[in-house]
Amino acid sequence: MDRIPILKMGEYLLVTVQVDMHDRLAMTLQEDLADRIVKARARAVLIDISALEVVDSFIGRMLGTIAAIARVLDAETVVVGMRPAVAITLVELGLALPGVRTALNVEKGMEILRRSLGKSEGNGAEASVQPADVDAQG
Amino acid sequence: MPVASKSADLIQKYEAEILQDWVQAQMAAVTSRPDLMQKAELQEQSRVLLQSLTQALRSKADVADIKGPAWQEVRDFLGSISESRARQGFSPSETATFVFSLKEPVFGRLQRELAKDGPALAAEMWALTVLLDKLGLYTTEVFQKGREEVIARQQRNMLELSTPVVELWEGILALPLIGTLDSERTQLVMEALLTRIVETGASIAIIDITGVPTVDTLVAQHLLKTVAAARLMGADCLISGIRPQIAQTIVHLGVELGDVTSKATLAGALAVALQRSGLAITRSPQRPA
Repeated sequence: MDRIPILKMGEYLLVTVQVDMHDRLAMTLQEDLADRIVKARARAVLIDISALEVVDSFIGRMLGTIAAIARVLDAETVVVGMRPAVAITLVELGLALPGVRTALNVEKGMEILRRSLGKSEGNGAEASVQPADVDAQG
Repeated sequence: MPVASKSADLIQKYEAEILQDWVQAQMAAVTSRPDLMQKAELQEQSRVLLQSLTQALRSKADVADIKGPAWQEVRDFLGSISESRARQGFSPSETATFVFSLKEPVFGRLQRELAKDGPALAAEMWALTVLLDKLGLYTTEVFQKGREEVIARQQRNMLELSTPVVELWEGILALPLIGTLDSERTQLVMEALLTRIVETGASIAIIDITGVPTVDTLVAQHLLKTVAAARLMGADCLISGIRPQIAQTIVHLGVELGDVTSKATLAGALAVALQRSGLAITRSPQRPA
């Protein structure tokens, strides 16, 4: 496989990484994703890496870059399904991915995206998914 | 290969007398511990050691090599003595002195027997000194090894004991940390926490550091690492149980906890966690009697 498929679902783009990422593949994904966000007018990107067993510093940085690119194109990014071992590796590598939102699984990731899109549009119906206002307190 | 064959014959010849002198000397010595060991037991131990020593010496075993098979019996016996004495409360030097004190009675006999043969006397004494010193040190070694095993076992137990992850509420985990955080423990704590996050699908984890004695820059770094790893798994972390003293240390050291929410008590952190999950605890209008 020389391309990772990007699925469009309404305003969302879904990327499920099913194979071990090598650097070339990661670069291709980054370019494809930038293109698709613009073409599809996507508001949010969800990247599922639950199948990734090994993440090196390059892939870690690439995830951060993708999130930054998406942000520039006015789209939210959430990375979901990271394995414990991968999380520990990234932290030990010093890559805590500060600019990337994360969630445990696809379901929770979608919830985060739905909530943040709903909020930015001032949509009361969307916000009622989660009654508590998360960002309003410290 | 230095041997002490003359001593072997001599010890065998005067075994009873040497044993008697030896036991008496041990009882009279300042290192004697009549509170820990009866005379009968001491006599028995001395007798067995003397016998196995004689046997090894008679087989012309090399006195410089107590690791050899000829000394197996002596080593085993000394090992068991060292262990049992350590349990009884003897110090390692007291146990070693037990072996060293054999020199006096044996050397006394040697001197009388070989009074006319100076070089032979010197050779025998040298051989026996080498042997007894090594055997004495061997008891210390066994003692030390026993101690090290105990320490290693306790360390393992502590690591196992110290990483419980408890589910406080649906979607809320708590990680009560007790003791100092080093990198090895951080690794274990992190693994345990992340595994539980996957198992329970929790979105909030409370790290309670009430039991952490001091928070220096290194410990703070380890804490933040755990927080970062949990965040990568999609779980927010709160830090609770910061005692007044620790708060002062953190500020004085200039430790930056970043944007991690910290609370003084676990109760406070739980309240925040419940609020973030959209839950609230209310007082029931009718209190149970």
